Amino acid sequence: MKILTRLQYGGSCHIPAVPDTAALSVRGVSFLYHGASEETLSAVDLDVSPGERVALVGPNGAGKSTLLKLVLGLEQHTRGTISVYGNPAHTCLHRVSIVPQRSSVDWRFPVTVRQVVMMGRYVHLGWFKRPDGEDRDRVETALEMMEIGHLGDRQVGELSGGQQQRVMLARSLAHDADLMLMDEPLNHVDISTQELIFHTLERLTAAGKAAIVSTHDLGILSVHFSRAVFLDHRVIADGPVREVLTPQTIAEAYGFEFHKDYPEGTSNDRLAH
Amino acid sequence: MIDWLIEPLQYAFVVRGLVAGLLAAVACASLSAFVVWRGMAFVGDALAHAILPGIVVAYALGISLFIGALGAAVLAVFGIGLFSRRGHLREDTAIGVIFAGFFALGIFLLSRMVSFQDLGHILFGNILGVAAGDLVAMAIVVALVIAGVAVGFKELLVTSFDPSHAVAIGLSPELLRYGLLMLLALTTVVAIQTVGVVLVLALLVTPGAAASMISRQMVRIMGLSIVFAIVATIVGFYASYYANVASGSAIVLSLTVIFLVAWGVGQRRRSASYGG
Repeated sequence: MKILTRLQYGGSCHIPAVPDTAALSVRGVSFLYHGASEETLSAVDLDVSPGERVALVGPNGAGKSTLLKLVLGLEQHTRGTISVYGNPAHTCLHRVSIVPQRSSVDWRFPVTVRQVVMMGRYVHLGWFKRPDGEDRDRVETALEMMEIGHLGDRQVGELSGGQQQRVMLARSLAHDADLMLMDEPLNHVDISTQELIFHTLERLTAAGKAAIVSTHDLGILSVHFSRAVFLDHRVIADGPVREVLTPQTIAEAYGFEFHKDYPEGTSNDRLAH
Repeated sequence: MIDWLIEPLQYAFVVRGLVAGLLAAVACASLSAFVVWRGMAFVGDALAHAILPGIVVAYALGISLFIGALGAAVLAVFGIGLFSRRGHLREDTAIGVIFAGFFALGIFLLSRMVSFQDLGHILFGNILGVAAGDLVAMAIVVALVIAGVAVGFKELLVTSFDPSHAVAIGLSPELLRYGLLMLLALTTVVAIQTVGVVLVLALLVTPGAAASMISRQMVRIMGLSIVFAIVATIVGFYASYYANVASGSAIVLSLTVIFLVAWGVGQRRRSASYGG
């Protein structure tokens, strides 16, 4: 009964993480949207270790969101394998959390901040089970960490963009995932929220969690990330920010001509002509 | 005054009508908040019309109308999915095509199989024509709908608010949507008895809309919706008895008045909170 397995969700997952494996391992993954002629992603390889904070960089339409969707199971990849902590993706859903792109959320829907953060606990509950004291405690802790405890009973639609993003990160904290995905979390976000988001991510990754943050904002890379992956349907560059953040990589990822009048020593023969 | 209220209740068929009306009110209103906030007004109305052929066939075969309605609803929803999937058509276009086609088929079958008076009852409701056996079936369905919403409340909440997170935790927003549509189809059959196909939409949308004027808490919206629908049904019932007007129209007009009052209250509150 396929429909019954599709209906099942939540509850604890007893499959342990494989020790000493990547938090996320993407191998040769390709993806073709139905009816599209060109692959959105082609032969993508990516390994993220526990404790790493990786920026996924590229222009709009480069496939950043698609890659995150494949990890989550929102779309099915056409080729390749994805594993999370040594197990095939989607084996243990509580290990992966998402802060989705703002546009995919119905902000007008009448839910309170506390209800939204509680949604992070659903994966541990499943059908029929109601939140207990521990779930409520974790929700309050997450609210406090994001400094929105005083907004708990407010409608999420009434908040500012920055506050809404704090709510989504608080939900990820309540979810207690080991691999945190964030899709363009910095759009429409004020500076203090941005700092709080990164401060929180730094603490979490220092404690061994892994985080992948998609962004098209190059300005934040060198300050907040140790590693950047440039994506334009395929991986263009992957490495420490100071090594991969070069005019050539940016030009290639964002699809414009690299000009020779950049300072000496940054040119790349492959692209310079 | 008491006599005035009790007088209609001397007749068993009148009491059955009132109970049927209250059951329909509770079932519709408990779904109303989700219909309103998920933007399902159009698909709800379409479904209410699209189940007509199923009801006619079930009536002609002498089987439960609920089975006929569910069958037609499944076909209609499947058809809508088929024509709108992969971007061939926008979903509202697919809904429009299916809705009109199924409703026309229903009227066609009705005019071939049963009398024209029955058409009137299905279109506009016949609150005084409820049999005792119907009441039991209706009560079971209403219990099912309420149980469905209660069990799936948090899942409906998350799939409505953030489908990406819902998928990430293993829920299927699509399946939940189908489930909700099936509950809508069942509810519609109950409501047809009292307000008819044409006005079912009012019971599905107006209570939730009125409650949303006053509260922004999902649970409170659902509670208020049920209260509003019950009040409107009782008012409509007495109006229909004493003023000899069609029950469906009396119920829906009462609901509309409640909505207007709620809108006024909401406006005043909003301007008061801006002023303060």
